[in-house]
Amino acid sequence: MRETANAQRGRTRHERNDATRDAPVVKWIVLGLGLAFFLVFLLLPLLAVFVEAFRRGFSVYIAALAEPDAQSAIRLTLTAAAFAVPLNVVFGIAAAWLISKFEFTGKTVLVTLIDLPFSVSPVVAGLIYVLVFGAQGWFGGWLKDHDIKIIFAVPGIVLATVFVTFPFVARELIPLMQAQGRDEEEAALVLGASGLQTFLRVTLPNIFWGLLYGVILCNARAMGEFGAVSVVSGHIRGQTNTMPLHIEILYNEYQFAAAFAVASLLALLALVTLLIKTVAERRQDARDREPQFNHVEPAVTSSS
Amino acid sequence: MAAAASRRVLPGFGLTLGYTLTYLALIVLIPLCAVFLRAGGLSLDQFWQAVASPRVLASYRLTFGASAIAALINAVFGLILAWSLVRYSFPGRKLIDSLVDLPFALPTAVAGISLTAIYARNGWLGQYLEPAGIKVAFTPLGVLVALIFIGLPFVVRTIQPVLEDLELEYEEAAASLGASRAQIILRIILPALLPALLTGFTLAFARAIGEYGSVIFIAGNMPLVSEITPLIIITKLEQYDYAGATAVAAVMLLASFALLLAINALQAWMVRRNGVAR
Repeated sequence: MRETANAQRGRTRHERNDATRDAPVVKWIVLGLGLAFFLVFLLLPLLAVFVEAFRRGFSVYIAALAEPDAQSAIRLTLTAAAFAVPLNVVFGIAAAWLISKFEFTGKTVLVTLIDLPFSVSPVVAGLIYVLVFGAQGWFGGWLKDHDIKIIFAVPGIVLATVFVTFPFVARELIPLMQAQGRDEEEAALVLGASGLQTFLRVTLPNIFWGLLYGVILCNARAMGEFGAVSVVSGHIRGQTNTMPLHIEILYNEYQFAAAFAVASLLALLALVTLLIKTVAERRQDARDREPQFNHVEPAVTSSS
Repeated sequence: MAAAASRRVLPGFGLTLGYTLTYLALIVLIPLCAVFLRAGGLSLDQFWQAVASPRVLASYRLTFGASAIAALINAVFGLILAWSLVRYSFPGRKLIDSLVDLPFALPTAVAGISLTAIYARNGWLGQYLEPAGIKVAFTPLGVLVALIFIGLPFVVRTIQPVLEDLELEYEEAAASLGASRAQIILRIILPALLPALLTGFTLAFARAIGEYGSVIFIAGNMPLVSEITPLIIITKLEQYDYAGATAVAAVMLLASFALLLAINALQAWMVRRNGVAR
């Protein structure tokens, strides 16, 4: 009897049930197909980045990253993310508060519009800013008269990055805050907390891990965006090249080891992103399963 | 007025509404309108010349065709992978579950050069495929491989929660009434998964038609053969043909909007059928 209990451990609930357990042959065929597909289409490209990066040795790898153009590309990528992520975090929180805490007409339309940047091709995302701020665009003449450069300069790169990462935080927070409802916030307010206190001490702890999840996905996309940034960048080496654009230039110049060296930094960022995402997902799930009204108490006692 | 105010106990309605709408209009809606206003300024003849030249038509065929095939392959293997992750125990399950999201996190340019290195003539897989007569890199097949890579998580992540929430009781009841395993899968599980499967397919398809970064490295970008529509827009821009680029962009945007509506309808169907929100 103990043996069967041991054998049961570690099985999924479907495998413990006679009605839902697949025959071993079926399991190994399905699992084999799934894992083979995963290996060829997902794992292999990831491994290839690191293997190709170190193919010419460690010194070539370091040299590729220490090169001034690579350094300036890294700085510009960090700058773009430093603008885009906070802007979209503030927007995401405001939009999620609006949509989850209030009833108003046109809410479904608003949610769809917030998702819109996800369905727009990155190339089109870059193009729209060229049409607005480019030399031929709506404000092109005015900007030229005042000597302000947006397209083919850093502001254009920031704008394109903001566009493509626009929905990330809002999209994570809206379903989460809708599921949590507004009882806890209403209780805090009734007991005398201010709006800001309610948000900081009741809402924020409740959504913390979900917010973090949105932030890191937003950041990964901001640092990795290629198509939209490519349209507005102008590709001036050392000035308007982000890391993905720098990779493209190196690759087109047949400097494969250097291209993969810079790419390996972004691949590493992707792995860290997935790690934090996995942790954040588990923590948020655990938090949502806790009994309600646990977090109201401290907010109320300190608000008087 | 009083009723509305009393229902809104929480503060911040005006502030968040104003901020959300302003930011949305400035960043997304007004710039997007620029495409249609600019394209609307063209004469019908100019517009038609830009969006229906043989080279552009060939790019639609490739973009939409390869996207549909990639989404179909992802629907099949995404279902297999989601099934494996939910129903089977095997070592490394949690790790693989986390890594399925890799295409969301890995920059498209990185995926592009990596896939090219794998499928090029002297690459990891290319060195075995090319002698067998299968050229992947720098052909439409390369486009397909890149689109499979970026689309896979959409299918897995749409099917997985539905599969997890599926009640065991249906299968138990069917089994106790004498249904075979094949009958249970075909007549109970697959119909329940259908909305999620279609939603995942459409999400992967919608993402694929706009994809640029992962495709251009591996595609070879030969006009009429392996040139995708987003690249047509870039090429026209580089030739200072802003009107042409905008016209093609307007066509792509209309396709995106149509797909967005389809996705919303499919998700509503999924919520009704499975009660899963996302």
